Amino acid sequence: MSLLRIEGLRVYFNARGRIVKANNGVDLDIRENEILGLIGETGCGKSILGRAIMGLLSENVEVGGRIIYKGENLLDLSEDRMRQIRGREIAMMLQNPSTSLNPVLTVGEQIAEVYRCHNDATREEAKRKASNMLELVGVDSKRMCEYPHQFSGGMKQRVMIAIGLALNPRILIADEPTTGLDSSMKNQVLDLMSELIRSRDMSMLLITHDLGVARRMCDRIAVMYAGELVEIAPAEKILSEPKHPYTQGLLDSLPRMGLKPIPGASPSLSSPPRGCKYHPRCRYKGDECSEKHPDMIRLGDSYVRCILYKNDKSKA
Amino acid sequence: MNENWMALKELGENRMSAVGAVIIVFLVFVAFFAPYLAPHDPLKQNLGKRLLAPNGEYPFGTDELGRCIFSRVLYGTRISLEIGVVVVVITALVGTILGGVSGYCGGIVDEIIMRAVDIVLAFPSIILALVIAGLLGPGLFNVILALAVTHWPAYTRLVRGMTLSVKEKEFVEAARALRASSFYILRRHILPNCINPVIVLATLGIAHTIIFAAALSFLGLGIQPPTPEWGSMLKAGIPYLRSAPFLTFFPGIMIMITVLAFNFLGDGLRDTLDPRAKEMLMMRK
Repeated sequence: MSLLRIEGLRVYFNARGRIVKANNGVDLDIRENEILGLIGETGCGKSILGRAIMGLLSENVEVGGRIIYKGENLLDLSEDRMRQIRGREIAMMLQNPSTSLNPVLTVGEQIAEVYRCHNDATREEAKRKASNMLELVGVDSKRMCEYPHQFSGGMKQRVMIAIGLALNPRILIADEPTTGLDSSMKNQVLDLMSELIRSRDMSMLLITHDLGVARRMCDRIAVMYAGELVEIAPAEKILSEPKHPYTQGLLDSLPRMGLKPIPGASPSLSSPPRGCKYHPRCRYKGDECSEKHPDMIRLGDSYVRCILYKNDKSKA
Repeated sequence: MNENWMALKELGENRMSAVGAVIIVFLVFVAFFAPYLAPHDPLKQNLGKRLLAPNGEYPFGTDELGRCIFSRVLYGTRISLEIGVVVVVITALVGTILGGVSGYCGGIVDEIIMRAVDIVLAFPSIILALVIAGLLGPGLFNVILALAVTHWPAYTRLVRGMTLSVKEKEFVEAARALRASSFYILRRHILPNCINPVIVLATLGIAHTIIFAAALSFLGLGIQPPTPEWGSMLKAGIPYLRSAPFLTFFPGIMIMITVLAFNFLGDGLRDTLDPRAKEMLMMRK
């Protein structure tokens, strides 16, 4: 069952006359009880997708398409209505725990704030709930009164998880939740997150550039390149038999696969190449690739945007 | 808590600011207990004892109407500190709120507020204050009003600048992602992050305000005689500058000490609260 459906999402920035197409026709659904990974290189538009769902893009950004949640298009909702959804229905954890916490408020206050903002609780109750949340993510609730700078990176990330999960949202969007953590800490944080998500029947959109993280956590993985999705498939499938040449390139660039980088650099989002956006870097490119922009092709339970598969298609 | 103590300790280790703080505590003490400390009624005239040089009975001498200068100087502390603190509290509050709103909302609101700031700053502040005090007439309330009207823009500019940088911080977006309203974000996340430089500016602002109030009184538009106020005492002493310099010397020295004390404390606070200023200081050493 799909919980949140994104249809033809376009996010265009206007940067001094040049149109930057950060998301261009993204179709994606987040299903119930699943952890969906969104992977791609830096600057491919992954974080923008997360912010678009939350309605956090600034007003001068052109957003088109539809984001359907519980029968409503989130893009049409008023700011007031959207605020009711934020935090309670869909919550977001931002990239960097050390800058996502306010340095002048104690950690406890910042968790309690979630309850207070949603008019859910008196000051006392909010405080009690906050301390429960803190224990839940494995931080001693005695540290409620400490400030963020007294916490290590991993601890701060745990606090961020506590804030994200405080109101039991249906969907958690986690944007690079493990940046700046060393690998043992990273695994601890990830295990904690997946355990909490699974035990609460929530869904998660995990935005990351780290294939290892995606493999560890996700049920399905969507691969983004230059503002478009190029492949969506169940996690084990995408890792064992990647379809799109870009996905193959990503996997080959992993250390245990021989550390082979993809040649070239990702294209500028303001003037992407004609046809398939990946074709300048693609080892299978043919004449048609530079002419025609490929459609998403359905192959069983996966989708891929590449003409190599046009003969075994049933178009999505 | 810990951190506040550390900051306080650091402040204490800065000798200048410690001196400033001690003097200020002393002045506040004097202001509170002026009625008990003053040997004479500051308003009581005694024409038989005019212009006496400092002596045992009158430590700072007597003025042209035979009033005790020492008692008048002590009472003057009250008015100066009162004006300084009240004006700074009002201007800092108004300026901070306007600056926060201006920086956070941007657009037309920002434009209106900042142009108002420009207009006020375009006048030399003493002239503007003189006009206001002149129009409304002298008196304590009007002095405070004149000073408040001329002094809020500094805070507004400062806080607007801070707000512009703080509002781009990730924790503000994080708060928005949790449904916090704009007003809530401004009050709880942005303004508390701007408070340190405001404290510094306010401390230095007290010194500035005290001089300014004394200047207004000196020009005859501030506190009126017979109320003991340092500025008006200076003015009254002018004709006797050669024959009885103690009339002007003591109120003058009090103004100087008070202003210096607040400046010392303000500088110390800036060194402690503003890490960037501290770094620059270290580099110089």
